[in-house]
Amino acid sequence: MTQLRAHCPDRLGCVLVSPNPQPAVEVSGLVKRYGSKTAVDGLDLVQQPGTVLALLGPNGAGKTTTVEICEGFRSADDGSVRVLGMAPGSEALRPRIGVMPQGGGGYPGIRAEEMLNLVAACAANPLDPKWLIEILGLGGAVRTPYKRLSGGQQQRLSLACALIGRPELVFLDEPTAGMDPQARRLVWDLVGALRDDGVAVLLTTHLMDEAEALADNVVIIDEGRVVAQGSPAELTANRPDDQQLRFRARPGLDLTLLSAALPEGLKVREATKGAYVVEGMIDPQVVSTVTSWCAQQGVLAEELTVAKRSLEDVFLELTGRELRS
Amino acid sequence: MTTFAPGTFKPAPGRGSLPRMLFVHARTEAMLTLRNGEQILLTVIIPLALLVALSLMSVIPMPEPRVGSATARIFALAIISSAFTGQAIALGFDRRYGVLKRLSASALPRWLLVAGRVCGALVVVALQIVLLAVTALFLGWRFPLAGLPWVVLLIVLGTLTFGALGVLLGGALRAEIVLALANIIWFVLLMVGGVALSVPVGFVHLLPSAALAQALETSVVHGTAPGVGPVAVLVAWGVVAGALATRTTRLT
Repeated sequence: MTQLRAHCPDRLGCVLVSPNPQPAVEVSGLVKRYGSKTAVDGLDLVQQPGTVLALLGPNGAGKTTTVEICEGFRSADDGSVRVLGMAPGSEALRPRIGVMPQGGGGYPGIRAEEMLNLVAACAANPLDPKWLIEILGLGGAVRTPYKRLSGGQQQRLSLACALIGRPELVFLDEPTAGMDPQARRLVWDLVGALRDDGVAVLLTTHLMDEAEALADNVVIIDEGRVVAQGSPAELTANRPDDQQLRFRARPGLDLTLLSAALPEGLKVREATKGAYVVEGMIDPQVVSTVTSWCAQQGVLAEELTVAKRSLEDVFLELTGRELRS
Repeated sequence: MTTFAPGTFKPAPGRGSLPRMLFVHARTEAMLTLRNGEQILLTVIIPLALLVALSLMSVIPMPEPRVGSATARIFALAIISSAFTGQAIALGFDRRYGVLKRLSASALPRWLLVAGRVCGALVVVALQIVLLAVTALFLGWRFPLAGLPWVVLLIVLGTLTFGALGVLLGGALRAEIVLALANIIWFVLLMVGGVALSVPVGFVHLLPSAALAQALETSVVHGTAPGVGPVAVLVAWGVVAGALATRTTRLT
């Protein structure tokens, strides 16, 4: 505290500054090419210490390439990357970060606890391997060699290896891939606990709910570029004219009269068979217009909801709806 | 919902002690080798069977007492089995299962990743040699003790040279191809590489297998220093393979 006070002579209007304002991860103008294909194309991102950042993007968007450059597994073709203020992959940096590579990693014949003991031996103040094994639900597979663990079990062991050294920053590449819903919940709880304890977490995912539930900041990338970033709330924030009223009713209703009755600027369509959507600025008057029109038609509007945009809507809007190979 | 006491994951990063990292890594490597049934067959059972067979039967012409020469040659074979074939296959599959990537993401320094494997391999070779030597003594082998330092040196040199060759093979190719090649090369060296079942002729002298067998024969049978030629051949193969392997070895 004395150090902090030295910066504020009169103590009034003094903002408590973190003694270490350096970003956890700082990427600028990152470019990576594989032959003629540009996997990452001028990507910028900044992650503050102790926050959770989700790199969200469709398959092949450049998420893993970006993370692996930060982890020191690949070299950048252009741009700069600093992790905890250091060059990625340096011997001084590696003890400070925890890495969960995509798909995990272990000796084919090793048992979970032996693998974890080995990684624990690399750390100065490791967590208790036995405790971590139990927490991650691997207690029932202690004698199973790595190659015979299920994909989800391998993922959980890999997560344990990433956490055991009490790192300041953790990279989780598709942490919940191949996991059942229970294990997925557990990973979410763990990420929450990490953040609460001041650990920065950079994770990649293509799951909207995962990004929405976990991340302080979401960076949506597509074709190696950032297409949007912000908190989940910012990304899904409603513009006043960008809301939806949805309801279900008999398919094939004639919408001409409803269109005419609605205020200007609102559009109504039958999105899928029997599912109707009114888009625009939804106010109580609009809801009333829709329900009275339904009454006139002699139909009951079911599941009537006024919805804000979900992260999924934002994501699909930005990255398109076509499938990626 | 699982809850964790606040502070459970409070960062406290740092690198573990180097001797302990080296010890745990080498122990893990040795333990995994000794637990692997196919490795035991290759590194212990087959050499033991051949030692008995060569000592008791006149398969190839060898100076009497046959057991001395046979022991030297089987030491060479055991080193090739373990340091070359065993190491290559293990490395091929370790890469397949992502363990090199996993470990190189930890605080383990890169040099220690190599040192741990080397120490693990040396431990396994030491156990093989002890087992084979005890068996040879029962078969009537009389070891001239003056040769002990030379034998130890040759075993270490042979392990390093064949280990480098094993890493060169296992570090670059797909696991299945490594498995096939490492076994074929082992068989070829055994049959015609001047190791156990053949006498080196012509260019075979320049193979590391023949060099190791010949050098060991000098020290194991006569208790004297090996010739400069075979040692130079071993060192040359080791240096070239090691230099190449540092360029070609991939993590996955």
